[in-house]
Amino acid sequence: MDADKHFIVGIFDDEEVLLKGIGKIRGNGVKIHDVYSPFPVHGIDDALSIKRSRLPIAAFLFGMTGTSLALLMQIWMLGYDWPMIIGGKNHASLPPFIPVTFELTVLLAALGMVGTFFIASDMKPYKWPRQFDLRSTDDKHVMAIDLAINSGKTKDELRSLLRESGASEVNEKSFE
Amino acid sequence: MAAEVHLQEERYIFKPRLRRNIFIFLIVGVLVFGLGLLLAMNSEGQGETAGHGSEGHASVEATHDMTASLQHETQEGSAADQHHAKSAAHHESDPWVKRLFTTLWMNNVFFTGLGIIGLFFVAIQYAAQAGWSSGIKRIPLAMGSWIPYAGVLMIGLWFLVKGDLFHWSHAGLFDANGPDFDPIINGKGGFFYWPLAKGTFPAFFMARMVIFFGMWFLFFTWIKREMLQEDLAGGVTTTHWLKARKFSTWFLLFFAVSSSISAWDWVMSIDTHWFSTMFGWYMFASWWVTGLAFITLVVVFLKDAGYLKIVNANHLHDLGKFVFAFSIFWTYIWFGQFLLIYYANIPEETVYFIERMKTAPYSWIFFANLFLNFVLPFLLFMTRDAKRHMTMLKVVCPIVIVGHWLDFFNMITPGVMHFEGGIGLLEIGTAMIFMSAFLLVVLTALSKMPLFGKNHPMLEESLHHHI
Repeated sequence: MDADKHFIVGIFDDEEVLLKGIGKIRGNGVKIHDVYSPFPVHGIDDALSIKRSRLPIAAFLFGMTGTSLALLMQIWMLGYDWPMIIGGKNHASLPPFIPVTFELTVLLAALGMVGTFFIASDMKPYKWPRQFDLRSTDDKHVMAIDLAINSGKTKDELRSLLRESGASEVNEKSFE
Repeated sequence: MAAEVHLQEERYIFKPRLRRNIFIFLIVGVLVFGLGLLLAMNSEGQGETAGHGSEGHASVEATHDMTASLQHETQEGSAADQHHAKSAAHHESDPWVKRLFTTLWMNNVFFTGLGIIGLFFVAIQYAAQAGWSSGIKRIPLAMGSWIPYAGVLMIGLWFLVKGDLFHWSHAGLFDANGPDFDPIINGKGGFFYWPLAKGTFPAFFMARMVIFFGMWFLFFTWIKREMLQEDLAGGVTTTHWLKARKFSTWFLLFFAVSSSISAWDWVMSIDTHWFSTMFGWYMFASWWVTGLAFITLVVVFLKDAGYLKIVNANHLHDLGKFVFAFSIFWTYIWFGQFLLIYYANIPEETVYFIERMKTAPYSWIFFANLFLNFVLPFLLFMTRDAKRHMTMLKVVCPIVIVGHWLDFFNMITPGVMHFEGGIGLLEIGTAMIFMSAFLLVVLTALSKMPLFGKNHPMLEESLHHHI
């Protein structure tokens, strides 16, 4: 691990308060590290200016890979490697290949998307994710503010700003 | 933010200018129709001098032969001879008459679908207790106003077109000792004629047609009544919503059966020998995606004209997803029907696709159908942005509507016209006439009610809809 990381952690009880609070905190020039919620909060992406995920592009590319692989595999197998006559059709005829092509497209798109998601989110085996507050998996919204990138503000200023924005509790958390 | 929009009741004003434009479209349609009819009659007239359209008649003969020889592989040899005799003895109208009847019937089936899908969409929203759509439900409801017109046209047209479109309506097919006896159609006779004798009046068939339209209209009236009475209530109320949900649920049960059977009755029975267990679903899927595209288009144009402030990109996104998803669903059904017939390779089944895929007037439509109804919507609607922007919706929805019109053309025409079919001015003119009549009825109905129910219990949810 690199140098120690220090965070101010605000706990919010209600998502409406949280959404308003995010606007207020960001309006004061504070950069929010991330917000953790127990359920999806509508509008939070816009409030935090989170960029649109590029996962669909990955999905499309994996899907196209699946389509091409499936067609190549079937055309090679049934057309060249071991030609078979099935129902009097040509060796390599498109319609019977469609179901397999569809399945492989979906399979590769799905697996590829999961893999991409894990890599993009930096989730890997034996990696213990940072837990700012375990209650974010139960009934609290947890906002983390990185002290290092908000050097313009003191700890106390950040604490009172969080309080003013509706945080019910403000803690500090450090990671090694 | 939400509350200020909430209280304003909106009404659609069917402006004289738009009405005039639709009438101009109607008149152009009538002119195109008339010109197409003249051309069709003339091309027949030329054939007449050479002995009753010898060329045209020969090709009909050829199809009959092809059909017959394919069909009779499974039958006795003697039956094949009888079939030949039958097709020769048949009284056939002139090709232009058949063409006229075919296009009238085809367009009426297509626009019946647009009407009934309007009601189906509303019913789905109630049964699913959907909140997002509560601001746009009046548009599909207005489309339902076409149901009574479609019903009258369908019943009236049937008596006009039956001899040319519906092979099974010929009495000779059921006479076991006659020269035209057809054992396959005789086996299916009960489905049309019960409880009367086969070959007389198709009581069961007509009863179904009358009951379907009657029940659809009845459910439409009930659901519409609840939706409009809700507006008169003092405030937000669930009373009418609950009643509308009850009617919707019963309607969906009824529609599940009636949509399939109407597909067999009005479309599949044209190719009387042929059958497909997928067909009910197939026609429903085609109707449904067309209806969705039409609803989306009307919502987009209303928004463009400054109405429906309560509808935002999220609602358009949902409508776009509907069109996208059900274009794929239609393709799935299309392929499900095609692949089994292709692979099994049973002559009496494949003849249906050979007529459509490999014969000149229909081949391009067969492939255009897949391109317009699957490839284009699939690729153009794939991204999130495409479904949220009105420009893209205005491009894709008309493609889907035209594509499915071609789909219905290819479901109905080859079975009647064989090699003589095709899309000309006659077909385009008829479609224009039906389209303008449909628009006049729907927009008039829409202008007679508020554009959204201000007392709808889920309107608030719709205002906050976010995806």
